[in-house]
Amino acid sequence: MSFAAPLKNLDDELARFHGRLKAGAVFVLLLAAALLARAYHLQIGQHDYFIQRAESNRISQVPNPPNRGLIVDRNERVLAENYSAYTLELRRAKTQDLEATLAEVGRLIEITPGQLRRFRRLLAESHEFETVPLKSKLTDEEVAILATHRYRLPGVEVKARLFRNYRAGDGMAHVVGFIGRINDVDLKRLREDGRAENYRGSTHVGKTGLEQSYEQLLHGRTGFDQMEIDSSGRAVRMLSRIPPVPGRDLRLHLDVELQAVAEEAFGDYLGGLVALDPNTGGVLALVSKPGFDPKLFVDGIDPETWKSLNESPDRPMVNRVLRGIYPPGSTIKPLMALAGLELGVRKPGDRFADPGYFTLPNSTHQFRDWKRGGHGVVDLRRSISQSCDIYYYELAVDLGIDRMHDYLAQFGLGEKTGIDLEGESSGLLPSREWKQRRWKQPWYPGETVIAGIGQGYHLTTPLQLAAATAMLANGGKRVEPRLVQAVRDPRTRAWEPLPGAVRGEVAIDPRHLELVREGMKDVMRPGGTAAKAAAGAPYTIAGKTGTAQVVGIKQGARYDASKLALQHRDHALFIAYAPTENPTIAVAVMVENGGSGSGTAAPIARAVLDYYLTGKRPGDLALEAGNAAD
Amino acid sequence: MPRTKNWILRRLGHLDGILLLLVLLLLGVSLAVVASASGQSPARISGHLVNIGLALGVMVVMANVPPHILSRVGLPLYVAGVVMLIGVALFGEIRNGSRRWLNLGFMAFQPSELLKLAVPLMLAWYFQRNEAVLRAKHFLVGGALLLLPFVLILRQPDLGTSLMLGASGFYLLFFAGLPWKVILGGGALGAASLPVVWGLLHDYQQRRVLTLLDPTSDPLGAGYHIIQSTIAIGSGGLFGKGWTQGTQNQLDFVPERTTDFVFAVFGEEFGFVGVIFLVALYLAMVARGLAIAARAPTLFGRLMAATLSLNLFTYVFVNMGMVSGILPVVGVPLPLMSYGGTALVTLLLGMGIVMSVATHRRLNKS
Repeated sequence: MSFAAPLKNLDDELARFHGRLKAGAVFVLLLAAALLARAYHLQIGQHDYFIQRAESNRISQVPNPPNRGLIVDRNERVLAENYSAYTLELRRAKTQDLEATLAEVGRLIEITPGQLRRFRRLLAESHEFETVPLKSKLTDEEVAILATHRYRLPGVEVKARLFRNYRAGDGMAHVVGFIGRINDVDLKRLREDGRAENYRGSTHVGKTGLEQSYEQLLHGRTGFDQMEIDSSGRAVRMLSRIPPVPGRDLRLHLDVELQAVAEEAFGDYLGGLVALDPNTGGVLALVSKPGFDPKLFVDGIDPETWKSLNESPDRPMVNRVLRGIYPPGSTIKPLMALAGLELGVRKPGDRFADPGYFTLPNSTHQFRDWKRGGHGVVDLRRSISQSCDIYYYELAVDLGIDRMHDYLAQFGLGEKTGIDLEGESSGLLPSREWKQRRWKQPWYPGETVIAGIGQGYHLTTPLQLAAATAMLANGGKRVEPRLVQAVRDPRTRAWEPLPGAVRGEVAIDPRHLELVREGMKDVMRPGGTAAKAAAGAPYTIAGKTGTAQVVGIKQGARYDASKLALQHRDHALFIAYAPTENPTIAVAVMVENGGSGSGTAAPIARAVLDYYLTGKRPGDLALEAGNAAD
Repeated sequence: MPRTKNWILRRLGHLDGILLLLVLLLLGVSLAVVASASGQSPARISGHLVNIGLALGVMVVMANVPPHILSRVGLPLYVAGVVMLIGVALFGEIRNGSRRWLNLGFMAFQPSELLKLAVPLMLAWYFQRNEAVLRAKHFLVGGALLLLPFVLILRQPDLGTSLMLGASGFYLLFFAGLPWKVILGGGALGAASLPVVWGLLHDYQQRRVLTLLDPTSDPLGAGYHIIQSTIAIGSGGLFGKGWTQGTQNQLDFVPERTTDFVFAVFGEEFGFVGVIFLVALYLAMVARGLAIAARAPTLFGRLMAATLSLNLFTYVFVNMGMVSGILPVVGVPLPLMSYGGTALVTLLLGMGIVMSVATHRRLNKS
């Protein structure tokens, strides 16, 4: 083997190696170019996009929900307030095994079956990254226990939250209402109204009552903290802050003491009562029995309790004052009398002999009076104080349904009163036009007859009766009922009055009005249908009793309460205002299955009038349920 | 004393001035970035300084080991490494779903790390022995020597390490003169067999590739790292947000930011200008390494210097490519920048070898 070949080979190999070095260098340069091209694309080409991504990574708008406004009564006694408490909440997305976590939490602190049911219902309605409350109002001890075991309970969070407390109890539930967790329906409505942004960070919204109707004032404006956060979402520092504006406090016309007196006066009866200031329309008391505990709803009600409330035959969730519709019965007679006078169908001096029945021409059907044999000679005043049915059968026929409808409509019957609560019924003021539209039938004369005593198609709410009574008291001014009299400015803490609204005024001849008012005063005087209820009152009352039939009584048969099942007994009605010289309160009472207005409804109204006008409670006066019929 | 001083100077004399300057520059940048990325944690910085000191010491030692001595350890190191790989396959510990670790009783050890150095040494020694008579069969043997540990590591499974090992072995074969026909043919064959390889990949490996192609498909899982690191780099812009001013970095959005994803921090805080500077430093190191290879007196020295230089840039490319979202996420640190002792020591050990090649000019018989 010569040396030449290897040396030649060596030279070749070295030359080839240098070639390979160049190729390697080119390869490296290509890789470097690729890296720089990528860096250019990210840092120069898409810089704006990535800057924005980095900013949205680090900056978080943390909503700072405002404190909800308080609701206080006319004497600033608190009805709805806030308090801070710890809640146990679960974030499903962070729990590994939800059931195991629930079981573990259940071993640490007491979780009731109701809380668990409520939790599961809320869980089904919420997204998995939301926190769902399991137990609220934790004790300090429970907070401590959970804090020590937190590390092995991922997804379990203890949060300090503001809660709503309703101090006034069940009786105020129909007025104040309640707030509840924002659900999909609420969220949709908030979005449609463009208010969703203001509810970021809010968990609750008004669902019923004042909490619902004054939601916009009560909620306040959500503040926002612009926070710098790290990758785990922990706030590092605050960049800027828009403070929240607290909601406005509401001050009611209502007096909780008066409300309590009214509730107590109902005893075991169900029904509704509403008392208005006839001059302003301010609602002094609004009772719907039975009530319910609004606190049950604040954090979501458990399905079984909801079912029992919703399916109870007593229907505690229905506000009877706003939504209960009943025939007004004889309470319509003062308005009918006024219609007769004002439209010239009756003269103040007119008298008439009551035979105890009424028949239409060409008919044998007898419309009876509640009193067998009639009331003898009756004038307008006496027709009211004795509640003479025959008088009003005849008056109704003389007026005709069209004039009757048009006159009564001026007093707001068949129309929503415009109270500052949602869900009011309009009732029904029958007319020829209505019957044609609803039933495709002509109006029959017999229907006019019974309409004259507030029966037949007539349907009114207790609130409508109270508003109409207020008009009799104030001389025809149609004031809208209002619960809220003032709202408080969150900055100055000053109460700003919230004026009520007047829907016009019915011009009434003062002589005619005086006559009707005298009739209503006579009702409360010895010999009047509700005389017993007024006994011993240090002020004068004008009132009118009534009954609303639950079942029809056959021709020729007599109504006998003792023979009817309780739920078929008549509803008792009573309207009144006082003091008659200068009325400051008008009241309407409806007692379900109460029998007679004078026996059950009038004493309840009396208790309310007494407390409002004299400060005396019902215990001070022994009131017996009288049997005087209306 | 003068004798000791002379001895020290003689030892330091084996360092390559240009490479040393570049290494120190990069380590300086690394200190600044690791300090920023760790929130200027004293523990991290001092730990990094200790690692740097240790690695520089190893580099000085290696620079003083003459290439002919070094070439002798290639075979034993390779044999030991392969035996340990087989040991791993049979008795290794499973961590995170793959069998990579050998428990030596006092420490757990990844033999695959050893092979990263042993394979080039072994191949360079083998080609040196057969210098001037290189034929096809030598490349076949060389390929087989590479394939054995490659397959063993791939099966652990550790795709990243096996590919990096494959790359360094391939560079050596390439510099040794592997014919272009074979390279291009192999490349074509490799491309054609991609679908088959895809089927052989493990689920998590496939997922990594898919996540790379569309990071948004899994924004909270595997894609999160890539999304956040590209946001960091992109938001850096031309000049960067400034040292310790990167929000993605400081607020913890960039994962693994002192180690594998340190480039995201660098890109965010020093911008495109910084990236150009950094790439330029690495290119200068590669250029210096290739120049040393070009002037090296022995085939062993040439092959080692050239391979280690290309290897360095391969790590740079794979890491930066992964962090900036053009390569899948494989656990490869950025040379001389990432925090971490093992990688730093391994790298400067390689640089020490390159310096040794540069400063031992006398032709030694092996």
